[in-house]
Amino acid sequence: MPAIVNQPHADGNVQMLGDPSLIVHATPAAGFTSQLISSLRSPPVFVALLILSVVIVVALAAPLLGTIDPVAIDPGSRLRGLSPEHWLGTDAFGRDTYSRVVYGARVSLIVGAGATLMSITLGLLIGVLAGYFRAADAIIMRVMDGIMAIPSILLAIALVSLTGGSLLTVLVAITIPEVPRVVRLVRSVILSVRTEPYVEAAISLGTRVPTLLVRHMVPNTVAPLIVQGTYVFAAAILTEATLSFLGAGLPPEIPSWGNMMSEGRMYFQLLPGLILYPGIILAATLLSVNVLGDVLRDLLDPKMARKS
Amino acid sequence: MKIDNLAVQVVGDPTGRQVLENISFEISSGETLCVVGESGSGKSVTSLAIMGLLPAGSLKPSRGRILVDGEDILAASPARLRELRATRMAMIFQEPMTALNPVETVGEQIDEVLRIHSKLSKTARRQKVLAMLESVHMPDVERIYNSYPHQLSGGQRQRVVISIALILEPRILIADEPTTALDVTTQKQILLLIRELQKKHNTAVLFITHDFGVVAEIADRIVVMNRGHLVEVGTREDILARPREAYTRMLVSSVPSLIPQKREAPVTDIVLEVQSLSKNYSRKRLFGSGGSVAAAQNVNLTLRKGEIVGIVGESGSGKSTVARCIVRLQDPTSGAVLVKGEDIARVSGPQLRPKRQRVQIVFQDPYRSLNPRMRVGDSIIEGLVNFGTKREAALKKARELLGLVGLSDDSMQRYPHQFSGGQRQRICIARALALDPDILVADEAVSALDVSVQAQVLKLLGEIRDRTGIAVLFITHDLRVAAQICDTILVMQHGSIVEAGPAAEVLTSPRREYTRTLIDAAPGRGWDFQNFGPLISGAA
Repeated sequence: MPAIVNQPHADGNVQMLGDPSLIVHATPAAGFTSQLISSLRSPPVFVALLILSVVIVVALAAPLLGTIDPVAIDPGSRLRGLSPEHWLGTDAFGRDTYSRVVYGARVSLIVGAGATLMSITLGLLIGVLAGYFRAADAIIMRVMDGIMAIPSILLAIALVSLTGGSLLTVLVAITIPEVPRVVRLVRSVILSVRTEPYVEAAISLGTRVPTLLVRHMVPNTVAPLIVQGTYVFAAAILTEATLSFLGAGLPPEIPSWGNMMSEGRMYFQLLPGLILYPGIILAATLLSVNVLGDVLRDLLDPKMARKS
Repeated sequence: MKIDNLAVQVVGDPTGRQVLENISFEISSGETLCVVGESGSGKSVTSLAIMGLLPAGSLKPSRGRILVDGEDILAASPARLRELRATRMAMIFQEPMTALNPVETVGEQIDEVLRIHSKLSKTARRQKVLAMLESVHMPDVERIYNSYPHQLSGGQRQRVVISIALILEPRILIADEPTTALDVTTQKQILLLIRELQKKHNTAVLFITHDFGVVAEIADRIVVMNRGHLVEVGTREDILARPREAYTRMLVSSVPSLIPQKREAPVTDIVLEVQSLSKNYSRKRLFGSGGSVAAAQNVNLTLRKGEIVGIVGESGSGKSTVARCIVRLQDPTSGAVLVKGEDIARVSGPQLRPKRQRVQIVFQDPYRSLNPRMRVGDSIIEGLVNFGTKREAALKKARELLGLVGLSDDSMQRYPHQFSGGQRQRICIARALALDPDILVADEAVSALDVSVQAQVLKLLGEIRDRTGIAVLFITHDLRVAAQICDTILVMQHGSIVEAGPAAEVLTSPRREYTRTLIDAAPGRGWDFQNFGPLISGAA
């Protein structure tokens, strides 16, 4: 096995978070950081963090993890089982399944992060406008209702068939249905903060609207947006896999987990691994993100927390 | 009932910090015992401990006994406790709306108590519930029986809660601030009702309150608490007239007197003139307009330099609407607001912004009035920086202002959560003064504060007025506070001003019936707290 440059860093990271010496010193009544650390003591949360860290490291260090070119076709060794040359076997075109799974993590994370970033940014901007300016509110929210009424998969298929499948198209197709959800969240926070006395005090102190929004109102949306962001992240990864599986996503040569499962479908009885390996990793990643999202929600929004 | 050496501590706190320590007192049947203390004194924890309602998992009694007719509540089993709660002791809470189930009729809710704790037939139960509603002086009891809580007024809801508490004729009634959320006139009726029912059933009443007026009105004996400790127990005369402890003395003398001090009405320039101000709220309907509600009608007032004008009235009288229109947090429907002769009621946007400097506001809730994410210094200089002052100069001014309101320089670097309610209100006053406004609007600015802190903030406002000559528009529901600080008093009812005049005149010889009702309803008005004795009517 070749040298793995990033792994010590990753291991160190995980060890630090799970380090018992740190946990013992955390007092229950202390601040956010120690609450975070204490919630990591629960095994499911720890496992979720471990899985997600591994997926991120694998995605970053893909070329260093004994992979070969994920798109290289080798007709001589089609549909092979596990072997020392091909750890997880090969697919119908003789491509290395292991390399494709590893590079697939890159695609999933890029889609997840990209869609999250885009939908949060757009949603924040539109949500603040809708929440603060009453005149804009009626129009914006009706448009958002309209977007929410369109089935997201249908929208994605339409977009991809119009412009051809590319990463950007898929990102846009995933982002658009998520934006209204973020807008609604931001708008509700801004609406409730509007009447807070400290906002009214700032108005009577002559604070201009942009400053008022940025300084006094938007910071209140950060915590709910972080929580919403984790759900968008998981939803985006899943939607990309679904689109690719349906053939309406990324071009088939790109190693995405959805593409792999789509192609493996034909050979499921012969080589179930073609679907199982990407499928298991996809499921584990989504589960981890959702578990961590729940933890963040409990920490950032005590009202929503389940009673323990 | 007897409480013996009770202590309550926080569960799982290794330091063993006690929330309550060495609480001992007794209460006998037919007696009213008032527990007074400022926020955080442990009065509510005491009442919850007696009811066996301490939140499990966060507070637990660590020592002592609570004996009701010789039976120790702390040792009782949950089933026994449930039985005791209905038959021996009952509790009424501050907010009657949240104490009642909104989706059940009040009749059913009272009936539930009988259903669980008695073997009466359905018709007998109904008879008993109706009789109970009758005895709390409800009109048209058949209709009330079938009403839902939201169909009743605040006072009626509290009567329903009292019915639920008293229908099984418990030996002890615990009332935790039962009248704090009510208007003074309603408060008076509820206090009379509790007294009447107490006489009838010979119930012991444990009355928890922060309001010394109420205490002077109803207490037989008084328990004074502070920070989880018992300060003093004594008869009403002992505590109010001859307090032994310095803390009690301080607390009692902080209660503002209802009799205004004689003040010369200032003959200075008019800084604010409100002319026939009206504000209508329109009801929104899906189709067409649903009519409108007048929150303020034809309000006229003038405010002179260095003058403190009070607007008093019960909730919903429109006093806050007037304040918010003057600060232009709301747009008046009609009328004029002249600040030094300039009308600010009709301007908006960029024309309004520079004029905002002239009028500043201090709000009621000190915990929500400061941005929790900003350092105090940055909050204070916000207005100055908005109007072009250099940061250094603004910070220098902020330090001076903090000195003026009695806070130290190092407060600048701290965040609001590091301050108490009274300190935060001082910071809010400093922030409002930063722009050197002509007018300061104080919207219930001392209503959320404990009585001793309230006295300090009132004193501060008076001093600032004397030093800077600022004019203050003081909105309050508390006649005592108004008497303490205001030169002129306006009384509002249903959106209109019903009486206006110098404070001494309005409060001692009111011309209007409504004003007289308000003054009569003010609890403890026969007692002069600052002089530790009954009020001598001749002194007014």
